[in-house]
Amino acid sequence: MLFFSFFKTLTNQTVTIELKNDIRIRGILKSVDQYLNIKLDDIEVLDLAKYPHLSSVKNMFIRGSVVRYVMLPRSEVDVGLLEDATRREAANQAGKAR
Amino acid sequence: MERLSLNESPAPAPRTPQQNQQFSQNALGPAGPQPTGGPPQLPPQMFTTAAQLLDLTDKKLVLILRDGRKLIGVLRSWDQFANLVFQDTVERIYAGQLYADVPRGIFIVRGENVLLLGEVDLDREDDIPPTVTRAPFEEVFELKKKEDAKRKTGDKKRYDELQALGFEPEHSGEILF
Repeated sequence: MLFFSFFKTLTNQTVTIELKNDIRIRGILKSVDQYLNIKLDDIEVLDLAKYPHLSSVKNMFIRGSVVRYVMLPRSEVDVGLLEDATRREAANQAGKAR
Repeated sequence: MERLSLNESPAPAPRTPQQNQQFSQNALGPAGPQPTGGPPQLPPQMFTTAAQLLDLTDKKLVLILRDGRKLIGVLRSWDQFANLVFQDTVERIYAGQLYADVPRGIFIVRGENVLLLGEVDLDREDDIPPTVTRAPFEEVFELKKKEDAKRKTGDKKRYDELQALGFEPEHSGEILF
């Protein structure tokens, strides 16, 4: 659940999402769920000329399974905090396995 | 799934964005006492598939499927897997600089085939980009068949070459449009 929590800290930030079919979409991250489905507001499609069907779309729901990358604002990622959280998660998992 | 609420408590009331942020930061920050056993708690309502799709219900949406189909219709029902029911659906076929609309009716779509759902801005839906023009269905369909065949042979060739070099094709050979 770490990445779910992590993405929740990024709500209302502008992110760029690249899908597995190479479409890149920039928008404001509005919501994320347990499958890492993502909701974007005020979207802007990079290379819109190739995807005319998205020209009148203002916000969208992207299924988590088709996302290749999420590009995040560097300033919003607290690497130290994320490292700590990762270790804690790993420790929890190890504790559970035992 | 069972540890759904690892460091979280259910949200008591609708929160402002700032509070949201704080709350979520806590979720990553030092955890308080860990819940031991007990029934798993649901995540805050805002961050569920249901909440995301609820906003889109009964709205005019563009649905893009994994096979590249573009369906325009009204979302009437859905579930947690993003299985969807679409009403008054029109399939819009694009080929080259042309497009055509085909009335299709009701769709029940299995969630795994969904690529994305876009809400159509009703103020802008008639602003068709100048790069595409509407054409009769037959014309567009013929052009699309040719395009698809061309892409298929191209993809096949590329996959064969990659495989010979020991590469596994992207998405295990499954093509996404």
